[in-house]
Amino acid sequence: MKWFISQDTIKGPFQKILEKECGENVRLCYQCGKCSAGCPVSYQMDYLPNQIIRMVQLGMQDEVLSSKTMWLCASCLACTARCPREIDIAEIMDYLRRRAYKKQVIPLEETEVPLFNKIFLRNIELFGRLYEMGLIGMFNLLSGEFFKDIFLAPKMFLKNKIEILPHRAKNIKEIRAIFNNSGKLGKVKRTRLFYPKLVFLNLSRKLIGKIEKYK
Amino acid sequence: MKYAYYPGCSLHSTAKEYDLSTKEVAKALNIELTEIPDWVCCGATPAHITMHLLSLALPVKNLIQARKMGADEVVTCCAACFSRLKIANKFMEDDPAHREKVEKIVGEEYEGEVKVRHFLDVLVNYFGLKNLGERVTKKLSGLKVACYYGCLLTRPPEVTQLDDLEDPHLIDDLMRTIGAEPVQWPYKTECCGASFSLTKTDIVLKLSGDILQMAHDEGARAIVVACPLCQSNLDLRQDAINKKYKKNFNIPVFYFTQLLGLALGVEPGKLGFKKHAVNPVPLLRENGILGNL
Repeated sequence: MKWFISQDTIKGPFQKILEKECGENVRLCYQCGKCSAGCPVSYQMDYLPNQIIRMVQLGMQDEVLSSKTMWLCASCLACTARCPREIDIAEIMDYLRRRAYKKQVIPLEETEVPLFNKIFLRNIELFGRLYEMGLIGMFNLLSGEFFKDIFLAPKMFLKNKIEILPHRAKNIKEIRAIFNNSGKLGKVKRTRLFYPKLVFLNLSRKLIGKIEKYK
Repeated sequence: MKYAYYPGCSLHSTAKEYDLSTKEVAKALNIELTEIPDWVCCGATPAHITMHLLSLALPVKNLIQARKMGADEVVTCCAACFSRLKIANKFMEDDPAHREKVEKIVGEEYEGEVKVRHFLDVLVNYFGLKNLGERVTKKLSGLKVACYYGCLLTRPPEVTQLDDLEDPHLIDDLMRTIGAEPVQWPYKTECCGASFSLTKTDIVLKLSGDILQMAHDEGARAIVVACPLCQSNLDLRQDAINKKYKKNFNIPVFYFTQLLGLALGVEPGKLGFKKHAVNPVPLLRENGILGNL
């Protein structure tokens, strides 16, 4: 691919901010491509992991944050374990996701994972331990795939693999305090239960998909 | 041997058989596991993606609970919990800046003094394979298995410090000790798609399908795992994989504790074989390991 990159972008602060906030030195990367070779999900990414690192080196914040790559990262840590320059690439992917949340930049083609993480954490905040039924129900409802995995449900109930009612931890107040304090100390803005923007993106994507199917 | 036991969310729901069989194996070997009172979720992948400090504070909270019950060591069975607890411990030990912030969040002091072990580590490295071999009452001879480790048991190596990074062998050693035959195969540490189980099911079906295919090609009749997410992706989604890629896989996916339990003479009914989506009983009968369940 070809890009024209302005001097402003290259001299911009993105690379320095990243190095300071996540503690990884991206300048060490010499583009061997080992991270992308071992990445199990690279076949679905728009930019490969090594390309993302190069883009960070060149300060291309907008292109990086709006790419699908980091949302498709499975956090399997193969890249981190194999990098000959000892760059923690998975941590950089984590950082990019956190920054995308902060800047509220979500790629239009990749909206489920950002929503899922929020619902998962809200679930923990409410119950202390994961309440699977709530997680699946809430995710299906808010992402617009109402009947996803419905055929698995009877199997799981019969085998007693999933609880219908939540189990709330006794020290739930302490857990909520931990959530609140981490939000404050990490300067992360915590959104309300229904994440309007993420839900809107997901639902509209599903709707457009349906319409295109009928065309 | 006495340990604090951190089951984690999965072992109380989708991976109940892992919890059951772990407790049975521990009982048979006189390893005392006491569940941490009021444990909470470790935050798993969504926490470190969204809030860095939260992903350290939640595990630390659990480790402090363990310290309060007087334990020096926590045992966990879930590979993801293991990884999160270990990473949190490492930050608390080596990084004063993070330690200060996390202590502020949790409201208590902690310097990583409670050690974290995977149950596999306890069995192989502390209990010892020789000791274990002496207690085996029923060899699982002739059972060809593929030992599958997944991502977080060995990566990142400087944190988990458990096994070889690219060619781990702890489960293989264990299986050999109880008489099963582990096959040599190259997908030991491939990723099954793990946290995408609900969000990007297509990816899970492809990655898990590849793993099943490779295990099948190398002649394994069953897969042995040590992670609840690997098990649910390979077992529960095997039907969907068969449908999507037009295959006929019928490969049971065991937790290593279940097979170990069988070999130690634990009553099969207590090991949760009925909870599998792919029924493992015919295979076990075929190999003469099980009578009537």
